[in-house]
Amino acid sequence: MSSGLSILYDTIRWEEKSLFDAAKKTGVNVEMVDCKNLFVSLDKTKEKFETVIQRCVSYYRSLHSTAALEGKGVNVINSLNTSIFAGNKLFTHMLLQKYGVPTPFSAVAFSEEAALETLESKGYPMVLKPTIGSWGRMIALLKDHDSAEGIMESRERMYPIYQVYYLEEFVQRPPRDIRAIMIGDKVVAAIYRYSGDGQWKTNMALGGKAEECKITKEMEDICIKVKNAVQGQIVGVDLMESKEKGLVVHEVNNTTEYKNTVRVTGVDIPALMIDYALKSRK
Amino acid sequence: MKCPECDATITPPKDVMEGEIITCPDCGASFELAKGSSGFELKPAQTVGEDWGQ
Repeated sequence: MSSGLSILYDTIRWEEKSLFDAAKKTGVNVEMVDCKNLFVSLDKTKEKFETVIQRCVSYYRSLHSTAALEGKGVNVINSLNTSIFAGNKLFTHMLLQKYGVPTPFSAVAFSEEAALETLESKGYPMVLKPTIGSWGRMIALLKDHDSAEGIMESRERMYPIYQVYYLEEFVQRPPRDIRAIMIGDKVVAAIYRYSGDGQWKTNMALGGKAEECKITKEMEDICIKVKNAVQGQIVGVDLMESKEKGLVVHEVNNTTEYKNTVRVTGVDIPALMIDYALKSRK
Repeated sequence: MKCPECDATITPPKDVMEGEIITCPDCGASFELAKGSSGFELKPAQTVGEDWGQ
């Protein structure tokens, strides 16, 4: 019998396969749906899906398929609001501020000149991040005026989103950050992500290494606020240990990866996700 | 299965799924498993998209 649960993907990575396996282990029949084959009539016809775990690796495919399905009454995890909020670093930052979540200092400028002025007034170094993007792509450490000017000049010739200059404090921290996985109201696992050789970024996609991180009450309290801020259900929260401010949140991931978290913590995140999705069915 | 790039033999795992990415052990080229008329077929995997992430 159908469980009414589907996993929407565009590439099968370890994460998607493990979700399928976790469902199978518990005797739940889930439908694997390749988003590249998906066709949704944008009208009032009934959609065949009931509950969908959104796992597309493409941001735009994920955002728009969530909008189409949720708009037709499908229970999509995470919701469209979460996709919008968590998919944009500036949107996330503003919500985190509103919900009293500690964050690195950030600023936004809308021209190269204004961004350079911001840097002169706040001081170097700062980190320039695209508001939309992942895996550390296009994130640049601006160490001085000359490097900032060169990097921003190249951004001026790119797609307009890259001319939204989102600048973040270069947080003084140990050479690691924390990825905490939240399912519902609980932090189920957390890891330290250490920078790879010759890297200052801690993204696993850039060769960083992982180690188990003990979940503290402070971390859990922060993560619950984060989840509420972005209306998240299953999210990955990225935190840094600022020498000045303590734990600060710099990013929220709405289709979070968790392969390394499962590997180093032993927590069966795929099983917990399936359990959460089944319980969330309407 | 034969690698379309270098003709080496590619043996997908037993529990392989449609859409999974398979890498040729010889040349390192990546392919996506697609269902064809006679079972699984290999098609070139999409390179990492500008909007890919988590």
